[in-house]
Amino acid sequence: MKTPENCKEVFALLSDYLDLDLPPEACQEVEAHMAGCDPCVEFAASLRKTVELCQSYQPSEIPAPLTGQARAELEAAWQRVLAARKPL
Amino acid sequence: MEKENEVQLARDLLAGKSDAFDRFVGHFRTKVFQYSWLMCGHREDAEEVAQETLLKVFESFDQLREPERVRPWVFRIARNACLMKRRKSVFAPSQEVSLDAFMPAVHEHGDHVHIEIADWSALPEDELLRAELRSALDKAIGELPDTYRAVVLLRDVEELSTEETAQILELSADVVKQRLHRGRLALRQKLDQYLRARGAAHKQEAIQ
Repeated sequence: MKTPENCKEVFALLSDYLDLDLPPEACQEVEAHMAGCDPCVEFAASLRKTVELCQSYQPSEIPAPLTGQARAELEAAWQRVLAARKPL
Repeated sequence: MEKENEVQLARDLLAGKSDAFDRFVGHFRTKVFQYSWLMCGHREDAEEVAQETLLKVFESFDQLREPERVRPWVFRIARNACLMKRRKSVFAPSQEVSLDAFMPAVHEHGDHVHIEIADWSALPEDELLRAELRSALDKAIGELPDTYRAVVLLRDVEELSTEETAQILELSADVVKQRLHRGRLALRQKLDQYLRARGAAHKQEAIQ
């Protein structure tokens, strides 16, 4: 039965549904609703696409090249860890 | 880089492989910089957070008992380094938004219902348009309220689990899920607006 109230309930569960995080019973209810509700199917597809875009997203900003001094600082910290591992 | 490759990188570093250090720095420096840039919006702060995070990471590397957990471990340190900056984010402050605000407009014609939604099948595929979509994502993520952005970045961009995200942000798993859902909905709404504006601009071009 398609009513705005059902759509609202489904709407609240969509992320859990997409993440396969819903208990089986709730999952069946969402699927039963979607079987008769094209707008919810279309909306869920756009939400799924949003998640996929995030997963393949590479921010456009990249750091400036590492300076010699910054690299030396990091390497010194790492060398101290390695040195501490060796038995005296 | 996939998670499995990061784990191998951490193993190589722990085993003392000679080129592992520079590969590790190169990879995680960029990742932490980008996370921090998206969290606070300041390039300088992001550079500093990346350096401070890596220093901490190396200093405490022997505490990483399970190389499988290298990504959440690095991000936990990065998150704390971000908080230490204390500089106010240039982005939107946190606010709780009701779910209704993310629902699309609904139109009913008799028993036919349809929603206002962009054509999501028309997502850009060629190189130039992909760059355009990337900028749209930069902007859309930047505009998310802080609390949602923190969760979306760790769960969907870094693909950490709910539990890992909850640990890093010191939140319960339920709160992480709740914020993730709102963050995704807000992001979807912004991308929908972007796609619609783009669709309208293309139609206009076609007419001219």
